[in-house]
Amino acid sequence: MQTITNDEVDVVIVGLGWAGSIMAIELAKEGLKVRALERGPDRPPEDFAYPKPADQYGYATRNKVFAKPRDAALTVRYNTQETALPTRKWGAFAPGTGVGGSGLHWTGVLIRPTPTDLKLKTYADHAYKRGSLDPDMRIKDFPFTWDEIEPYYDFFDKVCGLSGNTGNLRGKTQPGGDPFEGPRSNPYPLPALHDTLNSSMFAETAKRMGYHPFPNPSANVSQPWTNPYGSQIAPCNYCGFCSKYPCLNYSKASPQTTILDVVKQMPNFDYRVNANVIRVDLHADKKTARGVTYIDEQKREVFQPAKIVILSSFQFANVRLMLLSGIGKPYDPITETGTIGRNYAFLSNGGATLFFKDKNFNPFVTAGATGEMFNDISPGNFDGASLGFIGGAKIHSSQSSGAPIGTSLPPGTPGWGKGWKEGMVDWYGRSMKISITTSCMSYRGHYLDLDPNYKDPWGVPLLRMTFDWRQNELKLQRYLRDIVLNISKELKPDAMSESFLALDSHWDITKYVSTHNVGGAIMGDSPKDSALNRYLQSWDVHNVFVPGGNAFPQNFQANPTATIGAITLYAADAIKKYYLKNPGPLVKV
Amino acid sequence: MSQEKFSPSRRALLVATAAAVPLVSIPMVKSRAEGLEGLDLQQYKPVFFTAAEWVFILAACDRLIPAEGKGPGALETNVPIFIDQQLHIGLGDDIYLQGPFKTDAPATMGFQMSYAPQSVYRIGIKLAQQQCQQTHGKPFEQLTAVDKDAFLTSLQKNVVDFAAMGELGLKASQFFGQFLSDSKNGYLADPMYGGNKDMKAWVAIGFPGARAAYTEWIDQHDVKYPLGPVSLSGKRA
Repeated sequence: MQTITNDEVDVVIVGLGWAGSIMAIELAKEGLKVRALERGPDRPPEDFAYPKPADQYGYATRNKVFAKPRDAALTVRYNTQETALPTRKWGAFAPGTGVGGSGLHWTGVLIRPTPTDLKLKTYADHAYKRGSLDPDMRIKDFPFTWDEIEPYYDFFDKVCGLSGNTGNLRGKTQPGGDPFEGPRSNPYPLPALHDTLNSSMFAETAKRMGYHPFPNPSANVSQPWTNPYGSQIAPCNYCGFCSKYPCLNYSKASPQTTILDVVKQMPNFDYRVNANVIRVDLHADKKTARGVTYIDEQKREVFQPAKIVILSSFQFANVRLMLLSGIGKPYDPITETGTIGRNYAFLSNGGATLFFKDKNFNPFVTAGATGEMFNDISPGNFDGASLGFIGGAKIHSSQSSGAPIGTSLPPGTPGWGKGWKEGMVDWYGRSMKISITTSCMSYRGHYLDLDPNYKDPWGVPLLRMTFDWRQNELKLQRYLRDIVLNISKELKPDAMSESFLALDSHWDITKYVSTHNVGGAIMGDSPKDSALNRYLQSWDVHNVFVPGGNAFPQNFQANPTATIGAITLYAADAIKKYYLKNPGPLVKV
Repeated sequence: MSQEKFSPSRRALLVATAAAVPLVSIPMVKSRAEGLEGLDLQQYKPVFFTAAEWVFILAACDRLIPAEGKGPGALETNVPIFIDQQLHIGLGDDIYLQGPFKTDAPATMGFQMSYAPQSVYRIGIKLAQQQCQQTHGKPFEQLTAVDKDAFLTSLQKNVVDFAAMGELGLKASQFFGQFLSDSKNGYLADPMYGGNKDMKAWVAIGFPGARAAYTEWIDQHDVKYPLGPVSLSGKRA
């Protein structure tokens, strides 16, 4: 195949979602020539003008703006003894593609982990008796302190116009917020969204029972907002088409609404779409990259020379590119050597659906992040050690979308026929959920590598995911179930259904959880057991930086986007302050 | 917009005529996946299904979401048109369909078939009718409502054994599941996809469709929303 060579750039960005967009604007502002390569199509805001996204079947059922498994599948198996099978349809998770990535159609819950979550290994060593946790658990601390990273969380909150109640301002607990949050240097930029009926019912009851509920921190903004880059976001109109939909009201913080309109006007930035990067090209000594190779729209192979390579695709796409390019050594779970692929983690969810025959929840009146949650059951805030597991959950009642396909009906309602039809008439809009979103630890045997059997349409091996539930996570589920059911009973529903994992559950790839896959190319203090240093710089190839959920050493109960934003800004700062002046490893070991 | 009641007798006529009349003789109204709102099911000529398959689809949709009881049925809301059009425009073309295939994988591993939905319907209908003929001595559409429901249940529960009929790549329950899920989608999707005719399903359940602006309603807790639905094309019901 003939290879075309593009003009050299200072920075090539692979994947134009949140991480790629942040890197693009931060490095373009520094005067560097920046080019982004995006695997999917362009997604300009005018494509999502009202009423186009108000289409549940197109966007939420058929996943109109998601990657297609045909192009982006991976394979999954429960353990190393099994042959992995491809994710032929999306189920438990569904990655985005195209400009904006998953950031275009996320729900918009923008919440930080706690300082304890970031230092989980230290906490575990302190609070748990030696040997009391699964010996295969491989949790680690994030390689920075709360004080080091907090300013970057703070800046990203402002980029997104975070709406909610402040819980801890510079060490002082504030009424109405999360008393368990880490100290903030500044209050939330905007006040909270308004509650829906389900959220207020949940919050009142939880509070009465001694928990500390607060409004879901939201990147669907509550009031007009101009962010630090000069982008303006309009107040959310509670349209009811949020999670899985691009915003029709310019109200959801996304790369499009907060960054791309600005960076696209800069002459030293450009981007190519339908550009599928298949590898990072290294110099002969494998210490630096010389650029990346992609397949363009006309199926031509194109080499893009660059001084700095940013891998900012989705978590597992980043890991796959590192494996395909020979960046770092692939992880081997038997010998526990190698770093690329280790510490893969997912998350679990579950909850109760409460049916009230006389209540009008109007589920179509909602923002994506609408809801209330409490953080009482997160590491350090309850005695996990006595319960025999580590981790925690956000317990919440949210309402991310309210359109009718997939409506839950009370137990015993027929799945089809007259009973189903009348069930829809009787029960649509008459239920609420109380849900859990859990942490997930990392384990020796949970990892990512290249699949030996299955390939994508370009002939490139799929990524293979080895993962299953462990007792630690299943015990956590059972503990959370009791809490959720106790709150549910207080609300006295007419009927109720529940979905929690049993102690013998295997991971079910068919049921959507969240696209919060993490790890695989983690950040850490040592090149022995991490792929990246604290600045998301490859330990092995120093001009490759890999921002994304791939850097998390395990999954906390908080949604990942706030942390992805913060660590990407932190890395961008290090590139500007240190790397440009003196290209080389930024952390010496 | 048509306000006429889709009476049981008209529905029976539709199923009966569909069975009796060669559909090729019915003038085609629309075949493309646009302008699908509010078509007349009786006049509609399928673009994916054969005439024989169409008879099964009409009769089975009429039991999956029947006319009796509260709310409109599948035939009144053009659910079969939705399914026909979706299959025609490539439903399932996003599925990863490269082998090797392991069709006996645990259910938690999800979809592992080698068949796109188009094949699922073609094979499923053929085998279902074959079994129906064998059990009842007549095709599905000629069964009584009670027998139809029982037969559909036997598909759903794999009592009908496709493997015993030589089909190793598709279970009756998988065909049933695809069909049911598509039927519900067609019932509840925006009318631009061909089903949910006149937004009747949305009216019945109280979903306002594509209105998508509720700033005034967020603080109105537990108050019934008063307005009917609008569609993406701007129609009201």
